[in-house]
Amino acid sequence: MKTLDTLRTTMRRDQVWEIMVPKTGLELDISHGTILYLEDISVTFDGFRAINHLNLYIDAGELRCIIGPNGAGKTTMMDIITGKTRPDTGTAWFGQSIDLLRLSEPEIASLGIGRKFQKPTVFEHHSVMENLELAMAADKRVWPTLLARLTPEQHERIDGVLETIGLQEHRARRAGALSHGQKQWLEIGMLLMQDPHLLLVDEPVAGMTHQEMDRTAELLKSLAGRHTVVVVEHDMDFVRSIANKVTVLHQGSVLAEGTMDEVQNDPRVIEVYLGGGDGH
Amino acid sequence: MRLGTLHLDRGGQIFLLLLALTTLLVPVLNLAVPADSPLHVSTFTVTLLGKYLTYALLAIAVDLVWGYLGILSLGHGAFFALGGYAMGMYLMRQIGDRGVYGNPELPDFMVFLNWQELPWFWQGFDIFWFAALMVMLVPGVLAFVFGWLAFRSRVTGVYLSIITQALTYALMLAFFRNEMGFGGNNGLTDFKDLLGFDLQSDATRVGLFIASALAVVGGYLACRYIVTSKLGRVTVAIRDAESRTRFIGYRVERFKLWVFTFSAVLAGIAGALYVPQVGIINPGEFSPINSIEIVVWVAIGGRATLYGAVLGALLVNYGKTYLTGVMPDAWLFALGGLFVLVTLLLPQGIAGLLRRKEATA
Ligand SMILES: Nc1ncnc2c1ncn2[C@@H]1O[C@H](COP(=O)(O)OP(=O)(O)OP(=O)(O)O)[C@@H](O)[C@H]1O
Ligand SMILES: [Mg+2]
Repeated sequence: MKTLDTLRTTMRRDQVWEIMVPKTGLELDISHGTILYLEDISVTFDGFRAINHLNLYIDAGELRCIIGPNGAGKTTMMDIITGKTRPDTGTAWFGQSIDLLRLSEPEIASLGIGRKFQKPTVFEHHSVMENLELAMAADKRVWPTLLARLTPEQHERIDGVLETIGLQEHRARRAGALSHGQKQWLEIGMLLMQDPHLLLVDEPVAGMTHQEMDRTAELLKSLAGRHTVVVVEHDMDFVRSIANKVTVLHQGSVLAEGTMDEVQNDPRVIEVYLGGGDGH
Repeated sequence: MRLGTLHLDRGGQIFLLLLALTTLLVPVLNLAVPADSPLHVSTFTVTLLGKYLTYALLAIAVDLVWGYLGILSLGHGAFFALGGYAMGMYLMRQIGDRGVYGNPELPDFMVFLNWQELPWFWQGFDIFWFAALMVMLVPGVLAFVFGWLAFRSRVTGVYLSIITQALTYALMLAFFRNEMGFGGNNGLTDFKDLLGFDLQSDATRVGLFIASALAVVGGYLACRYIVTSKLGRVTVAIRDAESRTRFIGYRVERFKLWVFTFSAVLAGIAGALYVPQVGIINPGEFSPINSIEIVVWVAIGGRATLYGAVLGALLVNYGKTYLTGVMPDAWLFALGGLFVLVTLLLPQGIAGLLRRKEATA
C-alpha cells in the first residue's frame, strides 16, 4: 500500500517531476532595481519560530541596516539567504531570476552573495595577502589551483582591496597577529575579493574601538553603490552614522522600516526595543 | 619547476645537500674502498640506510596529509605495505623455478596450498612495468575510494583517524589468511633478483640505496611543490578552518581526496623500495602500531616542514636499531616516552627547535 502511495505521488499528473524543472537562470537580473526578495519566510527550530512570515526587499546598491533585540532572527535570516538554513515556507529570490532556495551554499557564494560572520574567521597562519588570494574569485577546482599563479591583474586587484580596507602596510603579516578590528577589515576584504553583488555583514563593529568603528563606517559607506550591503548591528551610534534605511526585526518579522529617525520615533519600536534599554 | 619550490626553505636545502653528499659518498665507500679500511661502509649499513630512506619517504607522505591538510592518518602503513606487496609479487614471480618446489609457474606457497594455477590477481606481476604501475595504483585506488567515502560524509578529526586504523587492521587480518593468496602469515620472501640483478650482490644493494635516495628527493620536491603552490595554501586553510574554506568556494572534499591519494601513492612507492632491501613482506607491515610509529616520527621531527619528517624518521629509526640491539624490550617504552616528551616540550618537533634558533640568531 505504501509503495502504491509513493507511486501515486510520484506520478501525479498535475505536477512536473522535480528533475524535469529547468534550473532557473543563474544570471543575476536586477532590472527591476531590487536585488533580494524574501517573501513570507518562516523557520521553526524545535517548535520555536525563529523567523515568522518575514518579508524583506533590498534595493540594488543600497546600504541597509538591520537592527533588533537579541534573538530577533537576524543571523537566521542571513543563514537563509546564504543557504545554510532552509526555511519551512516562503520564497527567497536573488534578483528576478535566481531562486536561492534551490541552490547550495557554495553555489550561492559563487553567484555573488558574500557573508561576514559574527565571529571573525580569517586564516590565522596565512599572511594578509594570502588570505585575500585564497578568497579571490578564481577557478577553485583542484588542478587549476595547483597550477595557479597570480597574474599582474590579480596583483593589482589584491592591492586595490588592500587599499580599500586600509591594510597595505600589513600585507605580509600573519593574519593571526592582526588586531581584532584589522581582522574584521581583512574579512570584509576577503568578501570583496569575490566581487560579490550582495554583502551580508553581521555585527562588524562588535568589540571595536571608536576609531576602528569610524573607519569601518567609512569602509562600508564606500562599498555601497558598487555593491549592495546589508549590515546587522547592535550599536545605535554606528547604525546612525551609516544608515539611510533601517529595518527593525522583532520575533522573526519586520516591525518597522524607515530612516533612523522614523524608526526611533515609532512607538512600537520604542516599546519592544529602544524602550527595553537594549539599544545603548 | 618553479623557483619558489626551494626558496626560503633553509632546512630543506640543508637536508637535500646532506642527502646528495651521502648518496655520492656511500656507494664509493662501499664499492671502491677495501673492506679492511676503516672508511669502508659495509653492505649491511648501505641496506640499513636504504631502508631508513624508504621510511623517510613514508614520513614525508604522512607529513603532507597531517602537517598540511590536518588529516591525522593512522593507516598509512597500509599503503606502504600494499606497495610492498605489489613489489613482492613481482619479486616472487622472478624466482621462477628456483623455488623449493621448482614449479616454474607457481610460487612455493601456492604449491604448498595445492593450488593448480596462478590466481587472476597475480597475472601480469611477472612484468616489471606492470608491477611498478600497481605499486602506485593499488594504494592510490584504495586511498581514493576510502577518501571518497570518508570525506564526502565529512568524517573528520579523531573519527577519521580511528577508521584509518581500522582500515589497516582489517587489511592485516585479511592478509593473514592463506586463501587470500598473498602467502598468509609468512608473506612473500626468498626473493632472488630484480630486473635481472642479483639481490644479494653489493652493487644491487647500492643501486637500491641510490634509488631510495632519489625517491626521497623526488617525493620531497613534489610535496614541496604542492605545499608552496596555491593548492598548498588551500590545504593549510582547510587544516585551520575547514568550513570557512568551504564557504569561500573550495570543494574541500576534493582537495582532501586528491592530496590524500597522492600521499598514499608516495607511501606505496616507499613500500616498494623497502621490500627488496629487507627481503620480505608479511602482514605484520599492516599492523596498526606501524602506522602510529610513522606519526610519531613526524611529530618528533616536526610537523608541516617535510624535512622535519625526514629527520624524525631517520633519528627514530636509528634509535630503534640501536636500542633493539642493546635492550630489545625497552624500545616501545623509549618511543612512547620520547613522544610524550616531544609533545610537551617541543610541540613543533626538532625542526621547530632549529627554526627558533634561526629566528633568534
Ligand atoms: N540552529 C538553531 N537551532 C535552534 N535554535 C536556533 C538555531 N539558530 C538560531 N536559533 C534560535 O533562533 C532565534 C534567533 O536567533 P538569531 O541568531 O537569528 O538571532 P539574532 O537576531 O542574530 O540575535 P543576536 O543579536 O544575539 O545575534 C534565537 O532564539 C536562537 O536561539
Ligand atoms: Mg546574530
